[in-house]
Amino acid sequence: MAELIARSPCEGLLPLTVGKVSLEEAEMGVLTTLAPYQGQEKAFSAALETAHGMAFPSPNRSTGRAGARAIWFGRDTALLAGPAPDASLTGTAALTDQSDAWAAVTLTGPGADDVLARLVPVDLRVTAFRRGHTVRSQITHMNASVTRTGADSFLILVFRSMASTLVHELKTAMEGVAARG
Amino acid sequence: MRVEGKGLIDRSRSVRFQFDSIGYTGFEGDTVASALLAAGQRVIARSFKYHRPRGVMTAGSEEPNGLVTTGRGAGTEPNVRATVQEIFDGLEVRSQNAWPSLTYDIMELNDLVSPFLGAGFYYKTFMWPRGFWERLYEPVIRRAAGLGGLSGAHNEDRYEKAWAFCDLLVIGSGPAGLMAALTAARAGADVILAEEDSLMGGRLNAETHVLDGMAGSDWAAAVVSELAAMDNVRLMTRTTVTGAYDQGTYGALERVSTHLSAPVSGMPRETFWRIVARRTVLAAGALERPVAFENNDRPGIMNAGAVRAYLNRWGVLAGQRFVVFGNNDDAHRTAHDLVAAGAEVAGLVDSREDASVTSSDFPVYTGAVVTGSSGRMGLTSVTVSGAGMTRTIEADCLAVSGGWNPSVHLTCHMNGRPAWREDIAAFVPSPGAVPGLFTAGACHGDFETTGCLQGGARAAREALKEIGISAKPGDIPSATDAAFAIRPLWAVPGEGRAWLDFQNDVTVKDVRQAAAENFRSVEHMKRYTTQGMAPDQGKNSNIGALAVLADATGRGIPETGTTTYRPPFVPVSIAAMGAGAQGKGFAPERFTTSHSASTGMGAPMIEAGLWYRPSYFPRSGEQTWREACDREVGFVRSAVGVCDVSTLGKIDIQGPGAAALLDFVYANTFSTLREGRVRYGLMLREDGHVMDDGTTARLGPEHYVMTTTTAAAGNVMQHLEFVHQVLRPDLNVRMTSVTEQWAQFAVAGPKSRELLNELLDAPLDNDTWPFMSCGPVSLCGVAGRLFRISFSGEHAYEIAVPARYGDSLFRTLVDGAERSGGGAYGMEALNVLRIEKGHITHSEIHGRTTAFDIGFARMVSAKKDCIGQTMAAREGLVDPGRQRLVGLRPVSRTGEMTAGAHLFNSGTPTTRVHDQGYVTSVAFSPTLGHMIGLGFIARGPERVGETVRLVDGLRNIETDVEICDPVFVDPEGGRLRG
Repeated sequence: MAELIARSPCEGLLPLTVGKVSLEEAEMGVLTTLAPYQGQEKAFSAALETAHGMAFPSPNRSTGRAGARAIWFGRDTALLAGPAPDASLTGTAALTDQSDAWAAVTLTGPGADDVLARLVPVDLRVTAFRRGHTVRSQITHMNASVTRTGADSFLILVFRSMASTLVHELKTAMEGVAARG
Repeated sequence: MRVEGKGLIDRSRSVRFQFDSIGYTGFEGDTVASALLAAGQRVIARSFKYHRPRGVMTAGSEEPNGLVTTGRGAGTEPNVRATVQEIFDGLEVRSQNAWPSLTYDIMELNDLVSPFLGAGFYYKTFMWPRGFWERLYEPVIRRAAGLGGLSGAHNEDRYEKAWAFCDLLVIGSGPAGLMAALTAARAGADVILAEEDSLMGGRLNAETHVLDGMAGSDWAAAVVSELAAMDNVRLMTRTTVTGAYDQGTYGALERVSTHLSAPVSGMPRETFWRIVARRTVLAAGALERPVAFENNDRPGIMNAGAVRAYLNRWGVLAGQRFVVFGNNDDAHRTAHDLVAAGAEVAGLVDSREDASVTSSDFPVYTGAVVTGSSGRMGLTSVTVSGAGMTRTIEADCLAVSGGWNPSVHLTCHMNGRPAWREDIAAFVPSPGAVPGLFTAGACHGDFETTGCLQGGARAAREALKEIGISAKPGDIPSATDAAFAIRPLWAVPGEGRAWLDFQNDVTVKDVRQAAAENFRSVEHMKRYTTQGMAPDQGKNSNIGALAVLADATGRGIPETGTTTYRPPFVPVSIAAMGAGAQGKGFAPERFTTSHSASTGMGAPMIEAGLWYRPSYFPRSGEQTWREACDREVGFVRSAVGVCDVSTLGKIDIQGPGAAALLDFVYANTFSTLREGRVRYGLMLREDGHVMDDGTTARLGPEHYVMTTTTAAAGNVMQHLEFVHQVLRPDLNVRMTSVTEQWAQFAVAGPKSRELLNELLDAPLDNDTWPFMSCGPVSLCGVAGRLFRISFSGEHAYEIAVPARYGDSLFRTLVDGAERSGGGAYGMEALNVLRIEKGHITHSEIHGRTTAFDIGFARMVSAKKDCIGQTMAAREGLVDPGRQRLVGLRPVSRTGEMTAGAHLFNSGTPTTRVHDQGYVTSVAFSPTLGHMIGLGFIARGPERVGETVRLVDGLRNIETDVEICDPVFVDPEGGRLRG
């Protein structure tokens, strides 16, 4: 019997460091989109709190912490990253496995925000976009999810198929920032 | 000539560069213009139209004369302003618009025939023969009259785009801008200070003002260092704000490495910024304007403020013997500064009779004007007339000031119009012209330093107050400068040519000519004369030209009005605006999980939207793509083929309302679909035409997964969201794209089940997995989904696994298929297979066809409502005479067919009115041994068996074809169910 070998979206592309900023593939665990049904929003949030210790995030926010996070992902939708969704969550929401759908990377280091300022048309200054804040926006031409996970770190997701373009764009921007010293 | 002890450049660091292949030495901090002036190089360009020798006129980005070309090869950059380009070791600068050289330019002949070349000359002269304009006249004129040229080669230089956000954007770092930035920064606001120059300070670096007891430039440097130490301030030098846009967004061009001889790797040449500011203070200063008089364009005739700038900022005397000519007090400063530096001033000419000048260092001529000049390659003398006297004064530099124009440009970018202020004879910004933008300093009409300082601080406080930040008034430094007084003087009366627009060679005569020919509107005058249309956009000339026009038409200046100021304020390279989008940067590349396996097999990839898919998989010995394609078709028809179909859109739809939503968006019914079954669905647009098609599987009672075509995946997702959010918010349903989650492969052919059974943990058989069934499977221990569907018409499946296993599964399937006499197949074979089977793609459902046209009218269920149902029933859309889908085959087996060809009845002319239809898809069918096609023809299905003519006018192909059923292979569908 043949064996199927798993490959990650950024295999062979990462990690890389340019200047003071590093880019590496993020180990996200299971990714599940959570979309509570009409009228179930509160019940679902409570169930999520009970099962995974985090509330359903409001728009542009994430809840939880590294290893078990719920990231606002669009209208009526959050992305549960880390644990497989508990059975108690079914019924009140549409749950969809997206573990393989997204290329996830973390951008870390002083100047990470300058790197993203070259790619993302959103105010990501720490005063406006604090730890835990998230946005669905663009990285150049790519639809992306960007979350601040720390003073100098961001979690970035784009479609898996665009992993190489993502790495190319980030690397170019990192070089532009590093060159300015 | 350099003056010892003067200037803000570093004299200890000399810099070597070339101008027209001749080596020059300057100092760090020099521009090309300052270094060439210091070296005594007077002519640096030839004028646009008359090819007259021209020298440096200004010291800033408004420079009309000093346009040069820098760099070599692909990176050649034309029309660089010598007044902006900083020198660096190894810089190569070339003059433009001169042949064979700056000194001997053959096209100077134009100047001799200038009486014939005035405004409107081309329009009147090159009228006939009609066709000659485009083919002969225009190319010749363009070659003669021109600026620098691009290399035409692909440029690998790096450019960058970026965003910045702030509370307060301050544009300009003169006294007003520095005070605004300082006031805001001390109040804790997030400040961006953008300065076009390499050195902050604005006019403080060009004048001899004293602020708080220190040199103006020292005060500026002290403020800048205070600002630089603050975390909430971003200082951006070499950054020109180019445009004001909606909601506080400003475009800005930063010259990042154009001044460096060896930029660090990865450093862009330029960055195009989009700065989003909650509030903005515009402190852009003012631009000095010349006065028009006969031959006022000779090298050595410069703006007075520029003469001071070269002296005070760069320690350069622009000549040896100076005359100063002006209509305002500010011009006097030039004479005083020159004398203080030890230069010879041969006269101060002030057009105002009552001008008071307090100096005995030079002759003063009040109530006098300069009426002419001489010196072909450089000024030798000027003629001064007034109060009954005329005299010629020898001079090699004439410093001219016609007053100052506030830089109102940005305030007009959102259609604001500036207001005329009589006392300073200038247009000033209209308050509120750009929401959130406040003006201060010279651009506000304050020409005195104290006023600038106060205005900057006040503007910042007012701006910040609006966003809830309170700033302290702060101390305003005391400044020494005199009040500004002016009496307008636009053009000195005279017969000869007097230049207004130096960059486009437009004279006072041209403007008067325009008025005489009834081009009286300033916008008409501009277009008739081309005044203000050059790269400098008339920064020096617009106001003078409109004043001359006002005079010629007997109107006042405010009634005449200005032309429209549009972005960008300075030329912006397209490379900067389009940074990152060169070549493949234009769009993201989407790669399937089988990409590296496919390219490893030598497959040429073709683009399908953003995706890359294999065309075919060549094998050794094959000479053409057709050989590979025919072989791959054979795999599927006789053994087993494997094809990556992951690019098809996949949408996961769940919830109590899922079935109702599908019934609403699809023409046919999905609420009746059983769990574990798949159905083909047809989706209509609101207007009744076909939008997309695909299969949808029911995975559970309230759980479906829809597939779309590759091309329409995004559109369908958007459509579903629109339908749910706007049309059917009552439906309790949730949907999300799972296109990227699953790697999905078609396994097609008589041996497809055998191949899958090698990998499936529980083998398939025909009874439990009939045609159009679906369900979860376990494949080598991995949970996947299996769909028994077929695009090829063969016994086929699509197997989906989580994308991480895609690469591995593809390789495993291809290995297995090859062992069974099959293998991978690409897009070419896929297309042949589906045409053989009569399956449609977006070639057929191209946006103008209906379900009726493609023979699917019965799929539009009458038992329920759906999007497009009503509109599809319109008479015209169900007219049997419509062009409808048919199959086409050549009457002769070797007959050629092409997609895009049109169909005509035998014996009719091949003209539009006789057009019967067209061909949408063709292929050579290896199964049948001849070409086959799909197309649309009037009354299509009724004409099966008829012979018509296929005519491809583009490729000169004409073939007799027979109309047939669109299904060429296995019309009964026996193979599907095998």
